[in-house]
Amino acid sequence: MHLAAWPVFLPLIAGFIVLFAKAKGLLWQRVINLLAVSGLIILSVALIKESSSGAHQVYLLGNWVAPFGIVLVLDQLSALMVAITSVLALAALAYAIATDTDANGAHFHVMFLILLFGLNGAFLTGDLFNLFVFFEVLLLASYGLLLHGGGRLRTKAGLHYVIINMVGATLFLFAVGALYGILGTLNIADMAAKVAVLPEQDSALVAAAGLLLLVVFGIKAALFPLYLWMPIAYSNTAAPVAALFAIMTKVGLYAIIRVHGTIFGDDAGSLANYYMPWLLGLGLLTLMLAAFAVMASTKLREQVAYLVLASVAILLIAVGLNNLLALSASLYYIIHSTLIAGGLFLLADIISRGRGSFEDRFETGYAMPGAILIGAMFMFGAVAITGIPPLSGFFGKVLILSASLDHEWSGLVLGVVLVASFLMIITMARTGSLLFYNVLPASETDTTSADNDASSEAPNRISVIAVISLFAMSPLMVLFAQPITAFTESAAKQQLDSKRYIESVLSKQAVEAGKE
Amino acid sequence: MEWLLALVIGVLTATGVYLTLRARTFPVVLGLTLLAYGVNVFLFAMGRLTIGYPAVIDPAAETYSDPLPQALVLTAIVIAFGMTAFLIVLALKARGELGNDHVDGLDLAEDELPLEKRNYTKEQKQHSKLIQQESKE
Repeated sequence: MHLAAWPVFLPLIAGFIVLFAKAKGLLWQRVINLLAVSGLIILSVALIKESSSGAHQVYLLGNWVAPFGIVLVLDQLSALMVAITSVLALAALAYAIATDTDANGAHFHVMFLILLFGLNGAFLTGDLFNLFVFFEVLLLASYGLLLHGGGRLRTKAGLHYVIINMVGATLFLFAVGALYGILGTLNIADMAAKVAVLPEQDSALVAAAGLLLLVVFGIKAALFPLYLWMPIAYSNTAAPVAALFAIMTKVGLYAIIRVHGTIFGDDAGSLANYYMPWLLGLGLLTLMLAAFAVMASTKLREQVAYLVLASVAILLIAVGLNNLLALSASLYYIIHSTLIAGGLFLLADIISRGRGSFEDRFETGYAMPGAILIGAMFMFGAVAITGIPPLSGFFGKVLILSASLDHEWSGLVLGVVLVASFLMIITMARTGSLLFYNVLPASETDTTSADNDASSEAPNRISVIAVISLFAMSPLMVLFAQPITAFTESAAKQQLDSKRYIESVLSKQAVEAGKE
Repeated sequence: MEWLLALVIGVLTATGVYLTLRARTFPVVLGLTLLAYGVNVFLFAMGRLTIGYPAVIDPAAETYSDPLPQALVLTAIVIAFGMTAFLIVLALKARGELGNDHVDGLDLAEDELPLEKRNYTKEQKQHSKLIQQESKE
């Protein structure tokens, strides 16, 4: 079966086709891209079905056996991540097409597909160096997307983003080199097996290299103190790109769960879970700072970027709690926070267009066209992301907090999460009333309003549907909470059972010639 | 032999870190390049140093040098090369659009401001006026 390889190669092949379809015009590129992303959604349903048996599907690239060749490993966690990515990508793409964002520069669709190629590759690979290569692929595509459309602020944000990620790539190579020098392998399963029987004198060096790797993934996941690039980059790029980038911080988190969780899991001897206090402590610090930054934001898009940061921090805390229920809860929260954050970035763009020259700055402006619909959507999104009942953010937080009760830091975790959520609820209420209630009266708008009306845009129907379909996932996640938590729990169980991961990867036999 | 290699990696990395922390884009690009050189040599050294042994199968050889780090270094070189090329183009674009080559700051650099607005001491102002006059002549 080639199922595990398809989500990696489909966007790559489609990317090449789109590149050649450029001469045919934008319509062809859009159609091909939409087909490819819809194909990815169908594929990810198949992947989830295939993986829910609980067995690891191992795909040997080039038919080379595990520690010597590169493997792709499909399990429930990676299937889930691929599925979230493709749903988010479809909404972002629909929005980009509806608002003609893709016409603002060349190669939007190519870079979009290559970004999906890198993301899916990073989710499915079972090899540390291959993970580095896929990181670079997705970063290079994201550089192009971030700068798509141009502009002074965007160029400045892009420069920071590129430089910090190049430093991150260098650190990644140092960590990979040090780990290879001691363990003699780069296959994640094989590394985990080697770390379990590591001689005492090498453990300090492996621990240092592992923490260096945590810094690299921390840059991607926007962990304190490495998050400063993230709100600037996210709030200055085009809306569909920012929405798609909502999954990019989760790639760092996924890499921590996959690489550190497998290599330094419960069986790692003296190094078992030694990185967890770092994750938990820095996660708490990041959450508190993110909540303050949400309050201090002066633009809606900046505020949404900090809300994304807060959701990543909650995820880091959940992973740092280091138990089965918390990991399962964090997977539930990943689905919720990625889709809602993506929707909020799109909604912020609709609001920014509707307010004309006021854009998304927190200043008293004129009422925007379609304010009732947009305001209702904003309230819905704000309720979901801040975690007020009855939407999925509340359930995710309840699951995480109830998993923290047995932890020795439970008081601190409860306090920080609740206080930060409270601050964010107040701030979002203020933002909503400022944008939708506290508007300038129409009677005062004589000459200036004419200019203002000319520059403000009524929301486009497809773009509204894209946002609503992302937000609709939140009540759906509440309605189907039972099957979803059953899935995330079995995914968490599978991820924590690193012995089975090692065994299924290393025991995979090569396919004999002529057989499938 | 080992100490020489370790020294090279250390010096490359230290200069790379220093230059990356500079405020202008060109030193930063140079710094990232030096860091990439340092990490490439480091990766290569992680396969252990051997002299005169083949990396691929040779029945006559008594032992092999590790081929994997060589493959890793090749990949890393290509990626770093591509990224550096991209960064140089981006730095040039930023120089054009932002009006200065500072890594952060939309504001003009000190020496790009009109002379009255500069935060210079009197002597410095006279000095830069002299230089401007000289360059006009």
